[in-house]
Amino acid sequence: MSKRAVGLQVIGIGKSFGHFTALKDITLDIAPGEFLTLLGPSGSGKTTFLMVLAGFQAASEGRLLSDGVDITRSRAEDRSFGMVFQGYALFPHKSVAQNIAFPLQVRGVAREDIARRVDAIIARVGLVGHENKRPAQLSGGQQQRVALARALVFEPPVLLLDEPFSALDKHLRGRMQEEVARLHGEFGTTFVFVTHDQSEALSLSSRIAIFNHGRLLQVGAPRDIYERPSSRFVAEFLGEINLLPVEAIGHCARGTSGLFEEVRLTAPRHENLNGSAVLAVRPEHMSVSAEPPAEGNGVPARLAGTTYLGSAMRLAFATSSGTPLTVTLPSEAAGRILDRGPDFWVTWSFDNGFLLPEQS
Amino acid sequence: MRSSSAFWPALALTAPLVLFLAFAYALPFLGVALWSVTLPEPGLGQYERLVGDPLVQSVFLRTFRICLIVTVIAVACAYAVTYVWVRGSRLQRRLIEICIFVPFWISLLTRAFGWLALLSTRGIVNASLQALGLTDGPLALVRNEPSVIAGMVHVLIPFAVLPLASAMRTVDERMLLAARGMGASRLRIFWSVFLPLTLPGVIGATLIVFVFSLGFFVTPAILGGGRSIMVAELVYLRMFQSPDWGLGAAISVALVVIVAALMGLLARFARLGLTGGGR
Ligand SMILES: Nc1ncnc2c1ncn2[C@@H]1O[C@H](COP(=O)(O)OP(=O)(O)OP(=O)(O)O)[C@@H](O)[C@H]1O
Ligand SMILES: [Mg+2]
Repeated sequence: MSKRAVGLQVIGIGKSFGHFTALKDITLDIAPGEFLTLLGPSGSGKTTFLMVLAGFQAASEGRLLSDGVDITRSRAEDRSFGMVFQGYALFPHKSVAQNIAFPLQVRGVAREDIARRVDAIIARVGLVGHENKRPAQLSGGQQQRVALARALVFEPPVLLLDEPFSALDKHLRGRMQEEVARLHGEFGTTFVFVTHDQSEALSLSSRIAIFNHGRLLQVGAPRDIYERPSSRFVAEFLGEINLLPVEAIGHCARGTSGLFEEVRLTAPRHENLNGSAVLAVRPEHMSVSAEPPAEGNGVPARLAGTTYLGSAMRLAFATSSGTPLTVTLPSEAAGRILDRGPDFWVTWSFDNGFLLPEQS
Repeated sequence: MRSSSAFWPALALTAPLVLFLAFAYALPFLGVALWSVTLPEPGLGQYERLVGDPLVQSVFLRTFRICLIVTVIAVACAYAVTYVWVRGSRLQRRLIEICIFVPFWISLLTRAFGWLALLSTRGIVNASLQALGLTDGPLALVRNEPSVIAGMVHVLIPFAVLPLASAMRTVDERMLLAARGMGASRLRIFWSVFLPLTLPGVIGATLIVFVFSLGFFVTPAILGGGRSIMVAELVYLRMFQSPDWGLGAAISVALVVIVAALMGLLARFARLGLTGGGR
């Protein structure tokens, strides 16, 4: 559908405001047509990075290429990337149709063409019947659709979205996520999407870039990032995780192992570790049993509390040294073992844990 | 929502002002209104004169013409000044603040004489022009409508700046970025986004300046030099020079009615701006 989706090459981009460094040495390849999500805590530089990509703010250092062409110094109006702002930034004095027509008028598209394309995209985003309303007369989800339509109608090579769903309730959020995913598929445009919400990032993106303090910590497919985070920060940011400090690191045939409370725990091989490290395991990868496991890792722990989550149950344990462990189990599986007393073994397979350097 | 518990303390606090306004303005004005229908004899004769007298008519027409021109120029200048004030660099903002708000402390009279010093036959402008050899004799720069207009615009610009600034401050920066991102030029962004978004401020400023300008007395009297008399000056002449109190009073009442109607319009636009225009 889109005339062209471009790839962006970000090379050592930095951005300072006075003495404050908002972005530092960001290097990243954005493939044509991919759905890249920028994820990071508040103030980590996500919006700033988007502003630099769009050309609204000039990079303090580094270069930006679009399909190999240097656009570091080109103006926002010449780059013409579509952008959906946080809060949408719809023109309040224009109707829905006029809002969507604006980028086409600016480009000098013929009047009949404008009408045709505006009608087509209004149908695509499900706004038929609302053409003549003002933004203030629309619901949050409808405003969101107008913003998407306005950003997509001129078929931009790249679409930048800054937390587009943050103002929507959970239900609507889910629907709009599906819609954005569908539009991404139909238009084939390169999407760069900013969010706070890790589950949104995991479900929507082809790749995720994790930001913290203006640095790019890790880029990768959702599954890689979730299951093989390169640092403690990324591991913790992407959802609940158990961290067990281990000492006396050693390498063996099965992988790399370390000592936790006199139990030897093993994880896939990690070369550049020695001394002490942290073993990370996601709660849903753990299981609970009354006996020590025949195969895989196991840690004795005492049940400290349970939380019912509907389909799943969250069990809070504490080890003998007081290290907290969280395990999520399907509700009926949890129900079967809970009455067997407070002392259990928390178990997981060698492959499901991963070692991380202690400081990161 | 006005809560009734806050009503009485609020009334008590504002009462002195209300009383002052009642005694200082409302009562005397009622007296003037009474004159307009009793002097020299009871009846609506003065109002008939108001409509029929070609002199009064021409003064009203001139007043409206001058005030309209003044309003357009003052609001346009104020728009540019406010734009720089709200969106300019720190230095630009300081400069504008000095240029706009310092004259606020200088009396109208002083400023009118300032213009006189600038524009009169032996004033600074004429002296410089002659010294440079650009003109042979002094130009008639004062005692005419343009000088009145210049003087009034000067006084009125600050009054237009405040409503314009409040309108410009509410413009969401992202709206302008969005327009830029869609490829719009600066001019285009101004005409199709910035100006429409600040239109409520423009309307407010226009009405305020127009209403204020209708009552101008000192500036036209000094800079017009009796040649381009405006309504307020006509009232003064009828009251103090040709004792014709009835007509003077009728003109005053007519002026107050016009101003009140415009203020009503202003209030309506203000309400529209709050409910209809915003996001
Ligand atoms: N114009 C500016 N001048 C000075 N500092 C700025 C400016 N813009 C952003 N910053 C700073 O840069 C840092 C990153 O801001 P940014 O808006 O990119 O964060 P973010 O990741 O988008 O956060 P959030 O998730 O809260 O939107 C913040 O500490 C912010 O204060
Ligand atoms: Mg942000």
